[in-house]
This record gives sequence, structure tokens and C-alpha cells, in this order.
Amino acid sequence: MRAPTIRQRATQPARVLLLLLAASAAASRLWSAQAPTPLPDLVALPPGTFAYRAAGEVLRDGRPVAAPMRMERIEHPLLIMRQQVTGAEYQRCVRDRACADVEDAAAPNIPVVKVSWRDATAYAAWLSRTTGLGFRLPTDQEWAYAAGSRFEDDALPAGADLTDPGRRAVARYDQGAERVAGLLKAPQPSGAFGSNEHGLLDMAGNVWEWTDSCFVRTHLDTEGQVLSDVVNCGVRLVEGRHRTFVPEFIRDARAGGCSAGTPPSNLGFRLVRAAGP
Amino acid sequence: MVLHWKRTLVLGILSAVSLSATVAAGELNLPRQKVELVAPPYVHAHEQATTQGPKILEFRLFAEEKEIVIDDQGTKLRAMTFNGSIPAPLMVVHEGDYVEVTLVNPASNSMPHNVDFHSATGASGGGDLTLIAPGEQVRLRWKATRTGVFVYHCIPGGPMVPWHIAAGMSGAVMVLPRDGLKDGAGKPLTYDRVYYLGEQDFYVPRDQKGKFKSYPTHVEAFADTMDLMHKLIPTHVVFNGAVGALTGKHAMPAKVGETVLIIHSQADRDSRPHLVGGHGDYVWETGKFANPPQIDQETWFIRGGSAGAALYKFLQPGIVAYVNHNMIEAFELGATAHFRVEGTWNEDLMSQVRAPGPVQKSNLE
Repeated sequence: MRAPTIRQRATQPARVLLLLLAASAAASRLWSAQAPTPLPDLVALPPGTFAYRAAGEVLRDGRPVAAPMRMERIEHPLLIMRQQVTGAEYQRCVRDRACADVEDAAAPNIPVVKVSWRDATAYAAWLSRTTGLGFRLPTDQEWAYAAGSRFEDDALPAGADLTDPGRRAVARYDQGAERVAGLLKAPQPSGAFGSNEHGLLDMAGNVWEWTDSCFVRTHLDTEGQVLSDVVNCGVRLVEGRHRTFVPEFIRDARAGGCSAGTPPSNLGFRLVRAAGP
Repeated sequence: MVLHWKRTLVLGILSAVSLSATVAAGELNLPRQKVELVAPPYVHAHEQATTQGPKILEFRLFAEEKEIVIDDQGTKLRAMTFNGSIPAPLMVVHEGDYVEVTLVNPASNSMPHNVDFHSATGASGGGDLTLIAPGEQVRLRWKATRTGVFVYHCIPGGPMVPWHIAAGMSGAVMVLPRDGLKDGAGKPLTYDRVYYLGEQDFYVPRDQKGKFKSYPTHVEAFADTMDLMHKLIPTHVVFNGAVGALTGKHAMPAKVGETVLIIHSQADRDSRPHLVGGHGDYVWETGKFANPPQIDQETWFIRGGSAGAALYKFLQPGIVAYVNHNMIEAFELGATAHFRVEGTWNEDLMSQVRAPGPVQKSNLE
């Protein structure tokens, strides 16, 4: 099941916003003592509402259920990188001694991989400092909004027996096996997986992307009211061909993380700027 | 006079015996059956207990040198195989059968190859009688005198021996008792499915940047590979020739209530297999069926240079991993295979009494 497309289209206010940002970025560069860091190519998405299913585990009456689909609102215009952060971009941060050197960090137009959530967060902090603009990892909601038609709903097929632990494991496994069958495992040049309806490249393709969202286990009562939420930010949500949770310090999830099913073969990221009043 | 007469008689008998041995070697008066080998982890069709008499089973092995991809990062290896797969196919016969193997070394190969059957007797398991150059073929027959699962591998001589084995040139044979498998009390044991899991250690050299190297030919791979092999630490330990080869869409199917025979061979290196969430109901750890199997095993031991066999009746549905239970090797080097088991959960055997949730205040005291 795929999330429906957003109801509104990019409008004049979004373009004005982009111009303002470019101007402020240019201004901050004039004041910066460091070599200018090129501003990444950003795509502006207007505020909107969309159907979203939360990640994490949900139990209703003590039994595992699919998280309910609900309408999620993105309040502010969302500015998101058009493509995943490349090796060349990441290498600038490494040269500035603000990022750890990772394997293959120098590949110019290929997404940087084998980066942990910590590495991605350090890069975001460095980019923010050197451009004078606030960058961070997207939340899962923001990523899902931006992915649009590329978003892969991870609810098990209707009729899957979620109460039988063995059958649940097989259903989850089959879903994962289906999704990664025949995929090229090495990271490809940016754009190799095409763009979605918002002009974003490689969404749910090429490499998996860290989000800022933490693992959550929610207990609902019989009526669907939240009884408890246990959050573990030692484990973060990774988006891509499917969702998976990975411990935040892991750079290479090939051996598996906290996920069921096929683990992501390459961990990378893209950043957002949440522009707002 | 008596001495002379007896000596003549003895000589006469001896020559008659050797003559008849020569005749028997050329013409065994037994039915023949051609067997088409099947790619692992599957096994060609065969009887377990048989009412048929001894036969000559005809098999065809061919040596194939090829470049293969051994992990999901695209790491390449100059491999050497029998019949194109790592491991080579499992051959199944019964005690008292004769195995007639035609070994072919196509001209497209660059090196001599041969085969040593651990189940055979004499001439280095047949290695001394089967060494052939590219463009040659040979036919060997050996008698299956001992029951069990046994390794076979290439053994060309000198440093070629460890190299050809580390390049993937090994498989296994199963010699079944004519009346099938039995437990220690003589009770018949049967299996609904059989899988052959050949475990392989690979040694892939790295360049100065730490990336795995690939080579244009086998000969060019030899020196670096041997240097690395001397350190005795593999870069990959895998089932069926590649990391993840028996997972995902290639996970092995099974059903709750089915008994599965799992044959595990390792031509060079020790392993200790374990079914995650399962057991070895009956395990022939050293792989020889004349010995009573051990029961209710947690983790067993496959000695390098041997094959072992385990019977398990699946009792729960789910994904059951079969690992070399050095978890570094299982998770980081690739020594994991999956069974995909269908069926219904048995709540009596295991139940999540209470799902995970926040720590209760009373439990904090």
C-alpha cells in the first residue's frame, strides 16, 4: 500500500523562500572565516497532510498489530536535499576534521556509505556551521512525506497472522526477501534510481538513509488509546527499500541490526532544513 | 615332490584368484544406473532403505575453473569447482554399490585436476588414478564399503592441494545402509527432506586500501592467496559458495512435522553447527552410520576434512537459522543458512506470556 500524493503543489511562496535562503546563505559566507562550503541542492515541499503509518512496534491488548494509518501534517515548508550526501561532500567535512573518515569517503558522485547516525549527525552539525544554516537529519515523517509515491509501507499483507510468532517471522522475512531480490548491492552514482514526483533523486533507492526517529514500542488498549510508549534513541530508524531499525553507532548493517528480515546493504543519508517562521 | 606339488597348487590358485580379480575388475556382473547430479543444497532422488541389490552407479563430474561473486559487495574469487557449484553435488549410493565416476577436465581449464573420495580405499582415495590435464577425462570405480557421509575433494599434489580446496573444489558422498538409517536401538529413522550444506572457507587478499582484490587469471591469484592462507584466517566462511546463498529467496523450505536430514561437510576447517531455536534429534557427528547417533544435540562438531549428518523434526514455524556457531564467523564472515518453516505455532513449547512493555514499578524495588 502506498501513501497518497500530497494535495498541494509547489507555489510562488516556496520559490520566494528559496531566494531568501540563498541570499542569507550568501551573506553568511561573506562573514565566514572558512573556505565557502557549496550549498547543497535543495527541493522545497510546501506544508501538507498525508497518510502515514508510524514505524516501530505496536501492540493492542498485548498482541502485535500493524501501526494504524493516520493523517500526518507537515506544518512548515520542508527543504530537503535533492540527493543523498555524496562521498565528495562528506570528504569536505573529513578534511575539516569535523567528521570521521569512513571507508570510501572520497567517491565523488556516489553516496557516502558506511556512515553511522553519529557520523550523519556530525556532518549535519558541520554543514550548519559552515553554511550558517540549520541542517539536520529528517524525521521519519518528513522522509515519508518527501518520498511520496516511493514510500514503502511496511505493514504485513492483509490476512497475515500476526499472533503466531513463527508465521509472523516468515511473513516479515518474505516481505524483506521480495524487496531486495535482484538489487545492485554496491552504491550507484547519484540519480541512478531516478527521481520521484517531487524531483528528489534515489528516494527508497541506491542507499538506505538514516532518519532522526527513534525506536518506539507503543501499547494500545482495546479501543486503540495509547497506554504506554517506550522510546529507545540508541536505535534509529533507517529508511530505504524498506524500513529498519539500526543501532546509532553502526556503520555497516550488513550483518543485521535490530531489524527483522534483510538488513540494509549500505547506510547513507540526506539532510533537511526545516524552514519556518 | 610333495613340496613342489603344493607350490604349484598354491601358485595355480593365486594366479587363478588374480586372474579372476582382473576379470571381476573389468566386468562386474551388476545392473547399472546412471545418476544425474543436482545442484546443492538439493540432492538427487534416491531410496533410503532399498530392496534392490548392489548396482554400479554412474556419475559424471567435470572440473570447472571460473570467477564467482562470493558476497553482496560483489567480491570476486577465482574459484575451482566440480560441476560449477560450491560445494560440488552430493552423490548418494548404498553400501555394497560401486561408484563409477567419469571425471572430465575440459580444455578450457588451465590446470590438472583429480578427485580423492574419502569413502574410497586406495590410491589416495582415487586421486593417484584420476589426475588429468585440461582436455582429458578418466573413469574410476570404487566400492562403497562403509556407510556414512564423506568428503571428496581435488588433490593435485603439493601446494595445489590446499589451493584447489580453498578455491572450492570439494563435495560429499552419502553411503546409506541398505536397510536405511537407524537409531542406537535399531529403530528405523527416515527423513522427509534432505539438504546438503557444504561449508567453505575463502581467503581473498586485500589491497593497500583494504579492498578485496580480484585477479585476471587463477595463476595470478595464486601467490597472494597462498600468503593469506598461511595466516589461517579466512575472509569468508559460507554455505553454498557465497554469503547469504541460502537465505532470502533461497532459504530452504520445510514444514512443521517434517523430518529433515542435514548433511554438512567441511573439507579443510572445523565447524560447529547449530539450529537456532532447534536441535539435532539424531546426530552422526563424525558422519558414519554404523555408529549410533547422539540424541538431543545443541551444537555439534564437523571436523575439518569430514562430513557429518543430523536429523531434525521441525516443531515450530518461522525462520530457523543453521549457523556455524562461532558467531563471528556466522554473522561477519557469512556462515549462516536459513530454513523457512511453515506451520502452526506450538504455544505449549513456548509462549510470550507478556509482551515487552515499560518496567513495572513493583519490579524496580
